[in-house]
Amino acid sequence: MAAFGEVTAGRKWRWGVLDALVIALALVPVLWIVSLSFKTPQTLTDGRFIPREWTLENYRTIFTTGLFTRALINSIGIALIATAIAVLLGLLAAYAVARLNFPGKRTLVAVSLLIAMFPQVSLVSPLFEIERRLGLFDTWPGLILPYITFALPLAIYTQSAFFRQIPWDLEKAAKMDGATQGQAFRKVIAPLAAPGVVTSAILVFIFCWNDFLFAVSLTSTEASRTAPVALSFFTGESQFEDPTGSISAAAVVITIPIVIFVLLFQRRIVSGLTAGAVKG
Amino acid sequence: MTEETYRPQPAAEAAPPARRGRRGRRALSAGRLAEWRLGWLLCAPAALVMLIVTAYPILYSIWLSLQRYDLRFPDDREFVGLANYATVLTNGFWWNAFAVTVLITVVSVAVELVLGMGLALIMHRTLVGRGLVRTATLVPYGIVTVVAAFSWRYAWTPGTGYLAELTTGGATDPLTERASALAIIILAEIWKTTPFMALLLMTGLALVPEDLLKAAAVDGAGPWQRFVRVMLPVMKPAILVALLFRTLDAFRIFDHIFILTGGANETSSVSMLTYTNLIQGLNLGIGSTLSVLIFIAVAIIAFLFVKLFGTAAPGSAQEAG
Repeated sequence: MAAFGEVTAGRKWRWGVLDALVIALALVPVLWIVSLSFKTPQTLTDGRFIPREWTLENYRTIFTTGLFTRALINSIGIALIATAIAVLLGLLAAYAVARLNFPGKRTLVAVSLLIAMFPQVSLVSPLFEIERRLGLFDTWPGLILPYITFALPLAIYTQSAFFRQIPWDLEKAAKMDGATQGQAFRKVIAPLAAPGVVTSAILVFIFCWNDFLFAVSLTSTEASRTAPVALSFFTGESQFEDPTGSISAAAVVITIPIVIFVLLFQRRIVSGLTAGAVKG
Repeated sequence: MTEETYRPQPAAEAAPPARRGRRGRRALSAGRLAEWRLGWLLCAPAALVMLIVTAYPILYSIWLSLQRYDLRFPDDREFVGLANYATVLTNGFWWNAFAVTVLITVVSVAVELVLGMGLALIMHRTLVGRGLVRTATLVPYGIVTVVAAFSWRYAWTPGTGYLAELTTGGATDPLTERASALAIIILAEIWKTTPFMALLLMTGLALVPEDLLKAAAVDGAGPWQRFVRVMLPVMKPAILVALLFRTLDAFRIFDHIFILTGGANETSSVSMLTYTNLIQGLNLGIGSTLSVLIFIAVAIIAFLFVKLFGTAAPGSAQEAG
């Protein structure tokens, strides 16, 4: 038997098999929807995992009908604006939480923890009524507002976790050189904090991009309906047409940004999620 | 800038010790007040947004839940006290949805804990392809839930799906029978959220000192003993955090059910039931009552977790720093 921690060929093999199994389990459902999106209407119901005939027709359909394009624009716009605001507000609060001592700090951390665990569906009924009265129902701000709220805990946690690792002596040095707290923050700390901000922005964007509950409850037309909702309401062009191909194609399109993020920022996402969740 | 770097020594430095102490204290308290003010100023926007968008609507929904308020018959709106609660709590739909939600939560979190632990160990210790495994694992975490749900739905649709072909040959539709539909919902939930559980557990794994494991191995502890006696105790806080987060998250399940069954055949969760009453039934009174009940249920779960596990919960001890 190999000694503890010794790297042998056999061990490598066993890990390799395990890894392959994990990767397959993680990717099969994604590959399946990709496969469906490339199938022709005739082969859609053949039950095969790999298409027999490939076609781009489904993609052409979703981008020519206009409904999906509009929803995609809504999704991108709403997610970007909500992310920008949530990350900015989170940044300010995270700096205070990581750096300053003031009464009420614990309360803020506790409140954001409560919101992270808040059952979002409990807000759906009152927000539906409030937004209807304020004229926010079925508008971009009507979705951006709840997104910011529920993204803020994530933004505060990840950023304050990153801020704690910054060498703050540099800030002290800058202040000794006559910089104010504000200047020290902008000129010295902000560049060092950038990785934390980027990480939190990615996580918040994924959260907004993913939301279905608010999007399906607080919108009613294409004015603000986001892509996940639009695709869940897809119907065929006629009553007898099966929307499976179009839905799959649309599903693949909204998965692309996620895959790009994961490929580019795997390390950051892992460290952001773990730092934010545990260290607070 | 240069002028300021050549600032003369503060007067207090040169002054005799007695005076310095007094002045120092005054400067400190003024500085502390400025620090408080800056802290409040920086936190105010985030705190305000969070409070306005959650606290006010929750109070408002308590008010709405005490009224008969159906948007299809707005003229019949009136204050009915706790009548809505009586209606809901004596109704089979609520208790069925509640049972379904609890079942999904308990089963999926339990399975995820085991699978997540395995996945965390793989991601942490694998000798080959660590980056590749982590990247692949993040796909289920990041993918839009609706997309994943459609993938599962089509996979189980007779005639279309590979899983339907593999299991029943497409003879029956598993999504139209309650037991199999619930199993598929749980499977989809597990696939989607195990990576998150694994990532949270991995932070715990990273805290296990390698030397301790080696020492245990030298003392003759097998892999299982090392896991139970050395790793698990160190990981306990991480495990509790992961369980808390995932339990409360699973309790909110909505997207998967919406796409997979639409709540048909008694597969509605409490979130799904609220949505149906509110958006399809347009019954604000009942919808708000459900909202309040779910809020109470989640508060009880969170309270039990904190009560049972005390300081291990986030937001207590370590948060203070």
